[in-house]
Amino acid sequence: MGPVNVTIGQYFPGDSLIHRMDPRTKLLFTILYIVLVFLVRDVLGYAAVIALLAVSAAVARLPVKYLLRSLKPMIFIVVLTFLLNLITFGDGGVRITWTGLLNAVTMSLRLILLVLGSQLLTLTTSPLALTDGIEQLMRPLKAIKFPAHEMAMMMTIALRFIPTLVDETDRIMKAQKSRGADFESGNLLARARALIPLLVPLFVSAFRRADELAMAMEARCYRGDAGRTQLKQLAFSRVDLYGLGAAVLLTALVAVDRWVL
Amino acid sequence: MTNSTKGAPLLRFEEVVYQYARTPGEEDLQENERAAVDGVSLTIEEGSFVAIIGHNGSGKSTLAKLTNAMLLPQSGTVWVDGMSTADPQHLWDIRQRAGMVFQNPDNQMVATIVEEDVAFGPENLGVPREQIRQRVDEALAMVGMSEFATHSPHMLSGGQKQRIAIAGIIAMRPKIIVMDEPTAMLDPSGRAEVVATAHRLNREEGMTVLLITHYMDEAVGADRVIVMDKGRVVMDGTPRETFLQVEKLHGLGLEVPPMVELAFQLREEGWPIPADVMDTEGMVEALWPLLSKN
Repeated sequence: MGPVNVTIGQYFPGDSLIHRMDPRTKLLFTILYIVLVFLVRDVLGYAAVIALLAVSAAVARLPVKYLLRSLKPMIFIVVLTFLLNLITFGDGGVRITWTGLLNAVTMSLRLILLVLGSQLLTLTTSPLALTDGIEQLMRPLKAIKFPAHEMAMMMTIALRFIPTLVDETDRIMKAQKSRGADFESGNLLARARALIPLLVPLFVSAFRRADELAMAMEARCYRGDAGRTQLKQLAFSRVDLYGLGAAVLLTALVAVDRWVL
Repeated sequence: MTNSTKGAPLLRFEEVVYQYARTPGEEDLQENERAAVDGVSLTIEEGSFVAIIGHNGSGKSTLAKLTNAMLLPQSGTVWVDGMSTADPQHLWDIRQRAGMVFQNPDNQMVATIVEEDVAFGPENLGVPREQIRQRVDEALAMVGMSEFATHSPHMLSGGQKQRIAIAGIIAMRPKIIVMDEPTAMLDPSGRAEVVATAHRLNREEGMTVLLITHYMDEAVGADRVIVMDKGRVVMDGTPRETFLQVEKLHGLGLEVPPMVELAFQLREEGWPIPADVMDTEGMVEALWPLLSKN
């Protein structure tokens, strides 16, 4: 683990229409997009979804390579999906059929589109805005005692402490290495075992931090979301109207394509 | 300089006793280490700057936690602005009035953006949005951190983080800021930053400050220095009165500020150094007439 360069959620700061859109709109849009990716089944449908993705990325002024980079960790799964769908195990052994090829291409394409779509959300929305958006969207669930505020608070704190804990891991690792610990050689099992002296102090310190943080929060009068106000409030704007309009139009198109044509 | 010229009593300890429960693994602790606060009575006046010093285990941090009802006295009473900390009805009023800055700068930040963190306290108090904005901007200006409002706290230095923590307390509009060893984890320049900020708040905003520390030199600029040992107040007076008793401080295992120590040693050697020398400037003032005479 080198110096800290964790870009949490890989937020790519900007001031485009997409960046300025309310996180709630973007969340809803992303959910809708995911549904669409699974609904479409012909070339026209895919073309529409890909066009939507391309236009959004262009409007957000995201560098293509930035967007494509997110696919890297997915290559293995995509290839595996492709192969599994391609190869048919029949009575005559292994066969490759046209249906199999078609399935393989569709499934891989769907996976790639899913990753790119959700990536577009996290690239254009700061983690904080995203957390706020999730809290607001889940607010109605409070009626069934779902702890929406607590969830959001936990996410914020987790985001806040990731860099701190990464630093700490780095420090403990160096301390252990200077005393002869070896994290790099040996087989998988040996390396996993070498992590124990790293994880134990890390966990102990995380618990101590949690304790101190809880105390500091209580000292600043934190008592859940009862009677709480917020510095920043999410507000829908004209941009959101366009976004939602586009979403509705697109859904209608896909629905027509799938069930009418 | 005398504390009697300051305002009305803001914080009052009456015969306060607090003892930590015996926990497994700590059986070997001596009895006096467990009696964290042992019959402390003292009054802090509004507008004063009071330093509490003592070595580890002297009970000074326990004293801090008793001021805002993080701990409740087992006997005796702590009064904050006329309210007893033992009264659960006043819990949040007390915590709003007695704001606390802790030792570890990292473990008291909640948000990923500086201004959101400063807003955390007022948000909890239910302050209307426009007023939060105003309070956050004011608080950041007071600690000289306005330009970092939209930064991530992760990238700041320890001293800057502690100033943000102070801003987070100021934004709650407290009557007293209790700082529980705020400089213990900082480098010298960070320490100086934080102590200077505390003094400026006291001087310019009239904020009452209770600075708990084990660095003697941080107590030099205070109106009043309280020395604790084994859970009791053993000395209480102006910095001058306190630091004059160099031998008594040594006996308590405490070091005096460097210049006070130097003055003490020079006096021991027969040099006529006045008793009120506490910092480098005072020492220079005291030394140059001697040099020019010789």
